[in-house]
Amino acid sequence: MPGPKPSTLKRITPQLLILAAALLLNVLVFPDFFHVDFRNGRLFGNLIDVLNRGAPVALLCIGMTLVIATKGIDLSVGAVMAIAGATAASVVVEGHGWGTALIAALATGALCGLWNGILVAVLRIQPIVATLVLMVAGRGVAQLITEGKILTFSNEGLIHLGAGTVLGVPTPILIWMALGATVIFVVRKSALGMLIEAIGINERSSRLAGINSRVLLICVYLVSGLCAALAGVIVAADIKGADANNAGLWLELDAILAVVIGGNSLLGGRFSILASLLGAMIIQSVNSVILLSGMPPEFNLVIKAVLILAILVIQSPRIGNLVYMLRASGPQPQPDTPPIHANRKEEAK
Amino acid sequence: MFTKQALLASVVAFAPVTAMAADMTIGFSQIGSESGWRAAETTVTKQEAESRGIDLKFADAQQKQENQIKAIRSFIAQGVDGILIAPVVATGWDEVLEEAQDAEIPVVLLDRTVDADESLYLTAVTSDLVHEGSVAGQWLVDEMAGEDCPIVELQGTTGSSPAIDRKTGFEQAIEGNDNLEIIRSQTGDFTRSQGKVVMESFLKAEGGENICALYAHNDDMAVGAIQAIKEAGLKPGEDILIVAIDAVPDAHQAIANGEMNATIELTPNMAGPALDALEAYLADGTTPPKWIQTESKLFTAEDDNQAIYEIKKDLGY
Repeated sequence: MPGPKPSTLKRITPQLLILAAALLLNVLVFPDFFHVDFRNGRLFGNLIDVLNRGAPVALLCIGMTLVIATKGIDLSVGAVMAIAGATAASVVVEGHGWGTALIAALATGALCGLWNGILVAVLRIQPIVATLVLMVAGRGVAQLITEGKILTFSNEGLIHLGAGTVLGVPTPILIWMALGATVIFVVRKSALGMLIEAIGINERSSRLAGINSRVLLICVYLVSGLCAALAGVIVAADIKGADANNAGLWLELDAILAVVIGGNSLLGGRFSILASLLGAMIIQSVNSVILLSGMPPEFNLVIKAVLILAILVIQSPRIGNLVYMLRASGPQPQPDTPPIHANRKEEAK
Repeated sequence: MFTKQALLASVVAFAPVTAMAADMTIGFSQIGSESGWRAAETTVTKQEAESRGIDLKFADAQQKQENQIKAIRSFIAQGVDGILIAPVVATGWDEVLEEAQDAEIPVVLLDRTVDADESLYLTAVTSDLVHEGSVAGQWLVDEMAGEDCPIVELQGTTGSSPAIDRKTGFEQAIEGNDNLEIIRSQTGDFTRSQGKVVMESFLKAEGGENICALYAHNDDMAVGAIQAIKEAGLKPGEDILIVAIDAVPDAHQAIANGEMNATIELTPNMAGPALDALEAYLADGTTPPKWIQTESKLFTAEDDNQAIYEIKKDLGY
């Protein structure tokens, strides 16, 4: 796609710069960070770990970006992960194949998404409340499926999805990249992306303009449920067991954070899945710094908070304006206004 | 076979059949089903009561103190002979314990203690978390016998008392042994997946060949770490020794498979000693000590772990 490329690049520049800075921080605490070798039939290195361990949040933030673009939010994704993982595990434990397990897990995720979608789009419940229901109840549902214990399994096919490799590359990396590319392609090569943005900016007027916002909203939550289910299967497969208590715990917050770091507004409207995915990798790079630094675990959350705060401050519109003004005040002495206003002025002329 | 029977005897039943036990009613207020261990504790408590012919009234508090207080009040109203509580939090028990005392019903605390006057309960049956850590440390001291051994540690949830105490106990045990040194220590939040993630980073940051042993504050993290070690192309249990705490069924299976070396049992049988104390107290007023410490038994490859696994896997872990 020759057309949108420069604008896409411009859109994700801040995320790329922050990611570079986060990776640089990793190198500072651990000089061999970029070293990747081939060991035991798989790529082995910290960079691979970042891509691999970031997979659940990356998958979640694909769906979450779409939901947030409609001015919604999906708090239930962590719990849906637990339900889907538990479903997949119980299906293989009962002797079915991994394909059946995957389909069952995805169907469960779709059902959860449908539930959220109907609450939001049909019953008009505020998204944060509607999805809170499943966030709280979902973990209980998962515990019912696993009967409160860690349901372990030894189905090689299913384990492969979380812990296996394809040509040396860990499977989760391929899954999130493929799904991300597919969803980006679909929403950008069709009008879907624009329709979703229209709903987020003004649902009423988009409906008046002929957009079937109800169906679209349900679909968006459905996609989020599917992404969460896939993440849940990967997390369960990774440890060869479904841990209903801990799988996906608090990951909904990391997913929302990834979307925000990706520069997407929680008020809906324009969105970039690519930037959200970079956001997910930024979060994982920060986690990696914490693990590699060897600091006592008491500092974990403090370090993460400080780094995230720094990232958000750098991204804040005020700081952006300030940078723009400093730059503009170089050649031209008069103080300037942000680019959008400047354009408008010129158009007015 | 002998070990299997011996274990059955120790886990399930050592029943001093007393004449009056037959018509005894005991109320048990359980926290809820927060973990596999707690589910096992519930199962074992029911088995213990059944084998003694005790009528056990079970109340699940679903992680809420107000439910526990309600349950205790209903036990008092029903006029039970004794009450077992696994308290969900440490504070706020004085009033309801006084009510039980006024009704002359002895109360035994299981697994956790409370911040209330000692006179308000008969006794507390708990494990000693520091002791568990030191049993793990001592095992490693004996195993290495002076050889150099850099250790990595997977801590429990930061700030939780099991994490603090199990760390303290382990450090006390290896103190003075210059060959043993903890080179990296990070939290794995007591979960399998974090155990695996953190072990991966240990293996990369230190190099697998430079790590001699792993000490995990619970078995779940160790089970996750075992997978990380395997994926790095090393042999868990041989290249890296693994000792953890809890003795959950999966740990026994890992030891049986040679992928783990030792685990220290946090016994789910808190009810056995508690019911012993209650029975003795009700029979002839024998006052037990204020704290009954459960045994922190060490399991290694010398035990028949496969047999223990078969018994434990049905306890609800």
